[in-house]
Amino acid sequence: MIVTTKDRKGWMSLLAKASPDRLAALMPNLPNHDFLRSPEAGAVMVQGRVGATGAPFNLGEMPVTRCSVRLVDGTVGHAWVQGRDRSHATRAAIVDALMQTAHASTLRGAVLDILQAEAAEKNQIRAEKAAATKVDFFTLVRGEDK
Amino acid sequence: MNADALAGGFSQAPIQSARAFRALLDAVARPGTILTLHGATPPAPLSVAAGVVLLTLTDATTPLYLAGSADCTAVRDWVAFHIGAPLVAAADADFALGTWAALQPVSRFRIGQPDYPDRSATLIVETDRLNNHGPALTGPGIETAAWLSLPETAAFRANRAQFPMGFDCLLTCGDRVAGLPRSTKVEAL
Repeated sequence: MIVTTKDRKGWMSLLAKASPDRLAALMPNLPNHDFLRSPEAGAVMVQGRVGATGAPFNLGEMPVTRCSVRLVDGTVGHAWVQGRDRSHATRAAIVDALMQTAHASTLRGAVLDILQAEAAEKNQIRAEKAAATKVDFFTLVRGEDK
Repeated sequence: MNADALAGGFSQAPIQSARAFRALLDAVARPGTILTLHGATPPAPLSVAAGVVLLTLTDATTPLYLAGSADCTAVRDWVAFHIGAPLVAAADADFALGTWAALQPVSRFRIGQPDYPDRSATLIVETDRLNNHGPALTGPGIETAAWLSLPETAAFRANRAQFPMGFDCLLTCGDRVAGLPRSTKVEAL
C-alpha cells in the first residue's frame, strides 16, 4: 500500500475540520490501538497573509488536539484536529492509520467520501450566501470632463 | 522514522511529569539523595531516568546537546517526536546528555555570566553505578554530610570555585537519579 503525502494531507485536513459528532456517527467502532501520544489539547497560532507583499500576520490562537496511535499491525497514525475533543483526535488518528492499510478503500467510501461531500456542500452554500451580497462598483460618467 | 522512536513517552503526561518534576526538585535541593524516576522507556543507550529527565525538563525552547553514544539516530528521532528540542553544539546547549567521559571537556559548557548565572547548562550524566559510597558532599541542602559515587572530584571542585556561575549535574543510572548542583562542595580525594 503506497500512500502519497498529498493524499495523506488531503484526508488529514478533512478529518481535522470534520465535526466530531459526524465522524463518530460514521465510524462508531474503533479497532484495537495503543497510544504513542495520548490525546492532548493545546493552542496553535494561526497565521494569515495580507497585502501585496504577502507578509504573514498572526490572526489569533485556536485550540487544537493532537494524538498519535499505533494499530495492532504496527501502522502509525497521527492527527491534529480543531477543538478540544479528545475522542475526535483519537478517531482521526485511527482513520489516518487505517488509510495506510488494506482497509483504505472501504474506509474511503464509508467515511471520507461522505465527509468530503458534506464539506463541499457546506462550502458551496457559504460561497453562494457570500456571492448574493456582492456589490459591483463602477464609475458613472457624469459628463464634467467634456 | 522507525516505530520504536515513537514509543516510550509518558502515557499520562500531566501526572507523570509533575511527579518527576517534584522528584527532580528534591534531588537538586538535597544533593546526594538518590531518587527513583519512572514512566518513560527511551531507546538504548539512554537510561530510564535520563529519558524521564529529558521529557520533564526539556522542550522545544531548550537547546540540547547529545554527547558520544547518546548521539545516535534512535535517540535523535525519539527526542524529535516526544520533545522537539533543538539539537545543538555543546557551547550553545541548555542541557547536555552523555556519559562523564563523553561530556569531557566540561569546560566547553555554558556557566552563565556574573549578572545572569542562570544562563548555564545542566548536565545529565549517565553513570554505570550510583550509590552513596564515594566522596563526601557538604553545602546547601545537606545537614552534615552526604556521600555519592562520582566519576571524579577535580572537575566538580573547579565548578564550585566559579560559584555563583557554573553548571549543574543530574547523575542518572537505570531508573535512579541524584542531583549535584554547583553550590555543593565536593571533598578532595
